[in-house]
Amino acid sequence: MTTVAVATATKAMRRPARSRSLRAWYRNGTLMAGLVIVGLLVLAAVLAPWLTPYDPVQQDLAQALQSPSSAHWLGTDKYGRDVLTRLLWGARVDLRIGFLAVLIPFVIGSVLGALAGYFGGWFDTVVMRVVDVFFAFPFYVLVIALVFILGAGESSIYLAIAAVSWVSYAKIMRGELLVAKKQDYVVAARLGGMSHARILVKHIGPNVLSQALIYAMSDIVMDILAIVTLGYLGLGIAPPTAEWGSMILDGQEFITTQWLQATIPGLAVVVTSLGLSLLGDGLSDQLSPERRK
Amino acid sequence: MLDRFRFVPARLLQSVPVVFGVTILVFFMVHLLPGNPALTILGQSATPERVAALNTQLGLDEPLWDQYFLFLKRLVTGDLGESLTYQAPVSGLVLDAIPITLSLLAFALVLSLVISVPLAALAASAPGRLPDMVVRVFTLLGQGMPQFWVGIMLILLLGVKARAFPVGGYGMTAAEHPYYLFLPALTMAIAMCPTTIRSLRASTINVLGSDYVGTARSKGAAGIALFRGHVLRNAAIPTVSIIGVNLGYLVGGSLVIEKVFAIPGLGSLMINAIFTRDFPTIQAVALFVALFVIVVGILTDVVYTAIDPRVDLSSKERA
Amino acid sequence: MSIDQAQPTGATASGHQSLVPGVPLLRVHDLSVGVRSGGRTVQIVEGVSFDVDPGQRMGIVGESGSGKSLTLRAIAGLLPKPVEVLSGGIEYNGADLLGMPAKKRRALMGPEIAMIFQEPMTALNPVMRVGDQIAEGPRRHLGLSAKAAGELAVQMMARTGIPDPARRARAYPHELSGGLRQRIMIAMAVSCGPRLLLCDEPTTALDVTVQLQVLRLLERLCEDTGTSLVFVTHDLAVVNQTCSELAVMYAGHIVESGRVKDTFRQPRHPYTRGLLESAPDFDRPDRALVPIPGFPPNVSDRPHGCPFAPRCGYVRDHCTEAVPPLTEVAPGRLAACFESDRLDEVLA
Repeated sequence: MTTVAVATATKAMRRPARSRSLRAWYRNGTLMAGLVIVGLLVLAAVLAPWLTPYDPVQQDLAQALQSPSSAHWLGTDKYGRDVLTRLLWGARVDLRIGFLAVLIPFVIGSVLGALAGYFGGWFDTVVMRVVDVFFAFPFYVLVIALVFILGAGESSIYLAIAAVSWVSYAKIMRGELLVAKKQDYVVAARLGGMSHARILVKHIGPNVLSQALIYAMSDIVMDILAIVTLGYLGLGIAPPTAEWGSMILDGQEFITTQWLQATIPGLAVVVTSLGLSLLGDGLSDQLSPERRK
Repeated sequence: MLDRFRFVPARLLQSVPVVFGVTILVFFMVHLLPGNPALTILGQSATPERVAALNTQLGLDEPLWDQYFLFLKRLVTGDLGESLTYQAPVSGLVLDAIPITLSLLAFALVLSLVISVPLAALAASAPGRLPDMVVRVFTLLGQGMPQFWVGIMLILLLGVKARAFPVGGYGMTAAEHPYYLFLPALTMAIAMCPTTIRSLRASTINVLGSDYVGTARSKGAAGIALFRGHVLRNAAIPTVSIIGVNLGYLVGGSLVIEKVFAIPGLGSLMINAIFTRDFPTIQAVALFVALFVIVVGILTDVVYTAIDPRVDLSSKERA
Repeated sequence: MSIDQAQPTGATASGHQSLVPGVPLLRVHDLSVGVRSGGRTVQIVEGVSFDVDPGQRMGIVGESGSGKSLTLRAIAGLLPKPVEVLSGGIEYNGADLLGMPAKKRRALMGPEIAMIFQEPMTALNPVMRVGDQIAEGPRRHLGLSAKAAGELAVQMMARTGIPDPARRARAYPHELSGGLRQRIMIAMAVSCGPRLLLCDEPTTALDVTVQLQVLRLLERLCEDTGTSLVFVTHDLAVVNQTCSELAVMYAGHIVESGRVKDTFRQPRHPYTRGLLESAPDFDRPDRALVPIPGFPPNVSDRPHGCPFAPRCGYVRDHCTEAVPPLTEVAPGRLAACFESDRLDEVLA
């Protein structure tokens, strides 16, 4: 009883009602903040060659380990390379791999999970047992082991991340499907004589994909963290290519004298993750507001 | 009461196929190595004799399935093979490292709860207000920080600058261990807090709005007494499974953290093994970690059942 | 500690106030409840006033959204956020409840005022044994030891007619039926011997057969101990069974009040009349049911003038111009209707 009155009263306060118009997107502060941060980062990464006069790889030992100055805003590393330049070029590597690495597991995991959830039966059992096996390995253990086996390098990173993180998408999509297929609109469509494929693509897909999409945002964060971690361990992108993780590794040597060297690339990761997390939160507000109570 | 825990044997039985899957994955990892595994392990400059010797030692010259069953047979007897670097049984190396990693994990778990519970309660007590915003920013930042970098920053701030804690190592005596493990445990706790806080905050808000909290208030309960008596246990129920999953993720993170702080646990063992291409050691650590995660999963269900009297995992339809 | 000592009858037990003579036990005065946000205010309860004397049993009847539950929760100090008391006063035993410090007010909750909620399914803590939940109040307010409070809890359960109370005290809520759970709620509410019992639709969630048992139990407990009752429900029949006084709420206002018998016999507000005619009457199954046309207004846009005017069969032009005040239409009878005199028909 009480709740009805309160709900109508509070709804009245919030007028005009939320709509899916562009203005509603614009009003979603979290989403906008995330878009701005990620947008600026992507822009900085794309424009890196034109933003700084220095080369990210070329060594200049005479200029090694300088403190921040007007010529080198963030100083130079032990090979005399400009830290800001390497930071920007590092964004190109880390962002690109982070975004691309999500695609394969997103597709494979979502499809397998959706089919398992929708059809059930032996296929579901097999997929879920395999998921259990992969799930038993912590993310880093498997990624590190796989990158080692496949050999350091970009393509190994894609494969390793794909092999590990498809599991989460499969779990999410299966759960969504288990709920969705019992919904009245799906039962009604089935009774109406629609094919399974049509129901999956036309009716269920749009309704359940948003959850996988929201997860993908946090997954990009995970992947970037993994890439940086691999770089730090010396298993990622090989030097001298600028990459945030290996920059932190290089900087750690000088932690007592030049602490900025290890701090700055880490902060870059934090800002990137923050932007992506805000984007994910904002998206989830926008795509499934009713779930976030 | 106790019959709600009947599910444990069944759960153990259910994990048997998963354990088999894990052994298969760990075993075949070695065969994913491109080309001749022995050659890859030893490097291109290896003499044919050494390659042949290693092939025999790893059993690589026999049919795949025979190799796998041999692997299983040795596994059951606790024989994890011989470390290529240390020329010693891997099982001994792993057994030495396990207590160190486990105590690090336990320490981190305790620290993360000490940090998370008050922060989540604070945030949930006034959703949308300043403390909630501050906690939210903390969780957002915490999620995005590479664990090893947090470790380096803690070393920088509390180790190098403040000189309050050692910058690495495990300590020599039992009394020194907690002191040396504090920074790495804190690092891992910081990694674990964001998801715990988020989950606990959401469920606390939920519980605070529930009828039974209204009932408790109508009995005059308020403040800490209300939180301890009626809110915390109910709010903890969904968080328990999150912490369970997190612990698994944390084991992975501990690999890197141990490397940062030079702690001689499983992580350092595995990372060093990777650089020395010591394959049996990598297999052994991966295997142990996976088994650990499976056990944690079962333990999570036990804790879950213990704190929520409604849960009965024995009967499927009610769970 | 025996139960009798925990009751307010006779000598005042520890934790109980003595009654202030000459004032009602509960006085609600011009109470408005609503949501305030920024510059906007939405009133859900508007200017509600009523008194409850010691031992009196008062029913508040209304549809969903009429504000009856919020009125009750305002008295208990349990308004859900962001709802708050906008204006008006609530006095208990002569003391201003709204003005007193939160700690002092909480000290009243249990030994003086207790509440029974609508949903016995959700109103009990799912992870706490029911005996412990009953014992919680006596431990806090009567200063009992855990053991003594536990024994009192079992006695209270026995009093509310729960069979095998010692064993059931160790049960968790989900192990009990709805009826038993509501008895637990009642045992919990009366465990500190309150003088005022607030009931928020306590039987709505129960099977009809169980409903009647629970109502009888409440009635008996109140009678035994002289406890006053404020009983909120949408069901007129329930009021008839349990209460002596009645207030009918519509769109945040009390539109009619008086003794239950008088009001049922001759309602003086068209809404009350509509409610009576739309409810089935088992004594006269042949009577035709007449539903009230239309729906109650939305809280955020209540009509100008009498809120019931758009649905009212007696409506005249002046009804939409001003809100009719609650005035005495007969001794002990109040109604908020300009056309009250036209309702002179005796129903039964």
